[in-house]
Amino acid sequence: MNFAVLVFPGSNCDIDMLKAVEDTVGQPVDYVRHTADDLSKYDAILVPGGFSYGDYLRCGAIARFAPVMNEVRKAAAEGKFILGVCNGFQILTEAGLLPGALIRNKSLKFRCHPVDLRVENANTAFTLDYEEGEVVTIPIAHGEGNYYCSEETLAQLKANNQIVFRYAGENPNGSVDNIAGICNEAGNVVGMMPHPERAVSELLGSTGGARMFTSVLNAFKKRAESGATTGARAY
Amino acid sequence: MAQQVSAKEPTAEQIAEQKIYRQFGVTDAEYELICGFLGRRPNYTEIGVFSVMWSEHCAYKNSKPLLKRFPTTGPRVLMGPGEGAGIVDIGDNQAVAFKIESHNHPSAVEPYQGAATGVGGIIRDIFSMGARPIALLNSLRFGRLENDRVRYLFENVVAGIAGYGNCIGIPTVGGEVMFDESYEGNPLVNAMCVGLIDHDRIQRGVAKGVGNPVFYVGPATGRDGIHGATFASEDLTAESEAKRSAVQVGDPFMEKLVMEATLELIESGIVLGIQDMGAAGLTCSSAEMASKAGNGMELYLDEVPQREEGMTAYEMMLSESQERMLFVTEPQHEEQAKAIFARWGLDCVKVGKVTDDGRLRLFHKGEQVADIPVKALVDDCPVYHKPSKVPDYYVKNGSIDTNRYEQVLDLNGALKKVLGSPSLASKEWVYSQYDYQVRTSTAVVPGSDAAVVTIRGTRKALAMTTDCNGRYVYLDPEVGGRIAVAEAARNIVCSGGEPLAITDNLNFGSPEKPEVFWQMEKAVDGMAEACRYFETPVIGGNVSLYNENAKGAIYPTPVVGMVGLVHDLDHITTQEFKAEGDVIFLLGETKAELGGSEFQYAIHGVTEGRPPELDLAAEKKLHGAILGAIRQGLVASAHDLSEGGLAAALAEACFGRGLGASVDFQSNLRPDIALFSESQSRALLSARPERADELAAWLDSQGVPAQRLGTVGGDRLTIRVNGRAAIDASVDELRKEWKDAIPCRMK
Repeated sequence: MNFAVLVFPGSNCDIDMLKAVEDTVGQPVDYVRHTADDLSKYDAILVPGGFSYGDYLRCGAIARFAPVMNEVRKAAAEGKFILGVCNGFQILTEAGLLPGALIRNKSLKFRCHPVDLRVENANTAFTLDYEEGEVVTIPIAHGEGNYYCSEETLAQLKANNQIVFRYAGENPNGSVDNIAGICNEAGNVVGMMPHPERAVSELLGSTGGARMFTSVLNAFKKRAESGATTGARAY
Repeated sequence: MAQQVSAKEPTAEQIAEQKIYRQFGVTDAEYELICGFLGRRPNYTEIGVFSVMWSEHCAYKNSKPLLKRFPTTGPRVLMGPGEGAGIVDIGDNQAVAFKIESHNHPSAVEPYQGAATGVGGIIRDIFSMGARPIALLNSLRFGRLENDRVRYLFENVVAGIAGYGNCIGIPTVGGEVMFDESYEGNPLVNAMCVGLIDHDRIQRGVAKGVGNPVFYVGPATGRDGIHGATFASEDLTAESEAKRSAVQVGDPFMEKLVMEATLELIESGIVLGIQDMGAAGLTCSSAEMASKAGNGMELYLDEVPQREEGMTAYEMMLSESQERMLFVTEPQHEEQAKAIFARWGLDCVKVGKVTDDGRLRLFHKGEQVADIPVKALVDDCPVYHKPSKVPDYYVKNGSIDTNRYEQVLDLNGALKKVLGSPSLASKEWVYSQYDYQVRTSTAVVPGSDAAVVTIRGTRKALAMTTDCNGRYVYLDPEVGGRIAVAEAARNIVCSGGEPLAITDNLNFGSPEKPEVFWQMEKAVDGMAEACRYFETPVIGGNVSLYNENAKGAIYPTPVVGMVGLVHDLDHITTQEFKAEGDVIFLLGETKAELGGSEFQYAIHGVTEGRPPELDLAAEKKLHGAILGAIRQGLVASAHDLSEGGLAAALAEACFGRGLGASVDFQSNLRPDIALFSESQSRALLSARPERADELAAWLDSQGVPAQRLGTVGGDRLTIRVNGRAAIDASVDELRKEWKDAIPCRMK
């Protein structure tokens, strides 16, 4: 399985994401720059955290126009596995691949600490290896992680089981309905504010995020076994 | 010599007659010297260039004789003071580069940008050496949080550090924050950066090879930060607010690009010399690079990217616009260098060339606008040996008995008060605003004795800390200086590391005051002695003088930034108790030492007497014993005793996992003194019950006094002194005092 870690000017969790793939699933993984115009060789595309384009204008607002994003849209439509973390989540919402928006934390302060997350949907490609309702510890590090969407969108998210993670303890940023991560309708695109790539080693605090990487590898294998190459809800 | 282009600028004659140079901090005698070096009167650009190069900030003219007293060499030192950062060998062809630097004055008038650009500047110092920055720390001092202005400064300094460090993606893993009215109006903002480098990638700021081109990289030059170095070298006054324009504006996104491109450029192997444009911008980087190579340099200022119209040579040379670098390569590598920067969306512009005449010549609009011997700028600044005088307060303090205070009987209340004192309280409010985990290498996060950052691909890690208790240094600069180094080393050791070297940030008041200069001398002597004794040389640092407010000089605060090597990941040790039943040991001797203690300040409202003594031999023995025990796997937790003494250390060890402890301390001192004395060379260790005897035997064999205090367990901290109840409180209750102290004051 081939992983791509996108690198925009200002991405800074790219190295962490790459190390996490190496350490958890040991699959081939490349950095792919914002100028790339071909993602066809990749099965999973990881959009890492950081401050793409310095967060100028709005988090993720400039990155959505980077050339590589056309390929990401194509890949999403093909049913490839896409995960956006933190700034990556912001980019995916700005790009219209996920609904809603991320606005400033209610506290108006950047917050960095571990949080407890409840897995609400264990059927996405990135959460197969979790149990629904399970609580895992994964750190957050963001100033703009307050998930916001209209009531209508929230109703749709709930109806389609698109809420993947909720904050199980204190809501650290004021997110609507304690939302920490969501997926698209097809379930192949996931975005989340907490950093699973920072939670893959006991030495560095927790391993709560490791199964997101094993999940997607398993999803990929299942898909290969079933012979499906594209399409929604292949598992 | 051509006249200045701008009609507004005074002529050389006007500068002399109206003594305009005085505005730049140049004395009459220095002006005469400058005229001597030039063989004529300097024009406006030249006097500007001289004034920044001869400022305390760049030339260390008041502190140089003192800095010479520091040990700066050692078997591990690959690069000592004088470059962007010092570098220490950590084996396997790897090395660690680190340095600390102050941004006190800018932060006093514009706290967000002042602090942010302090962080940006120190990061450039590290990557300009070719090192990959892997961690940031900061050492902060503010007045009391009851003051509105102090809260404003605190809030925005922290936000500025967070804003820069988080964006550029370097974890802020540690540091310290203390509050005392001594720092009101003149906060201290010292930022430290640690980087990793392979031996063969080490760069120097040197303009090698006559005829080679000089390149400018980074954003365009503006009018911000003009005379920043001069501003940093004078007292802060009511008029300082008007000097906001001397404060630079930071752009961490730009620095991220410059950093990645620069590291790629260095990796390509075509760089001959590189230096960041920090204090005194283009002036300092060009003059120092030329000087270190024994060469000269010509700069063509029309080529310098400018973001404002009509900039004069004077403005361009003195601007401290951020995120800029200067480097030298051979002409045939020009295209390769440009291509690397283009990949990161950056311009790389040829702005000069290396010459053989030892002069810095500036050309602007077809004319030569400055012609100065490089040596005069860099090496010939006069060095002052300021008069020194023992302050009256020091003499008076010698006869103050710090045990004369009425005995405090409510020790539960005293402990809560000490834990709730902002200097000692939890700094979570601060560090939760910092991304301390990015780069996923932070094994020990902020809040323990030292931060620990792993080195990927090895079993090694780096422990790092900053320390200085300004109250101790104020009460006795020599002892306080020794303690600053000793405490840093103790923190490193308690985290499982071997102390390697230090970087220091000497924050003092005005050296023109003999009493302040005496503090500087004594503190440096104390630090130097401790550095020699612990074999932790000073590999670089920074001097920040003229830190004064309306009431006078700040407490002398020579901050020590220390890095240690953890030889194996298994040695990483943290301060919190780990498991029920673990046995608690107190190492070292507890004496009646309340001078300068947090207890004295929080309970009795004074800072007086003499600080705790420090016996270097006892301290070193303690380090060896702790490190040996950790390496043998005998230690479950280790925590050095510092502010708040034994009582605070026990409480802090309980907080991490919410585990209580029950101890009985045998002491011939009064209980309040016994529990809150800040005697040095002490530490708290815990061990699994089955290893406790082995640990006790090991400590005994090392000649370190150790007392078995009790065991970990329950949810209360119960402390008896000689069998009699002294403190008994739930851990949650104590933790609440400690945790809420700063957030409550910041609401």
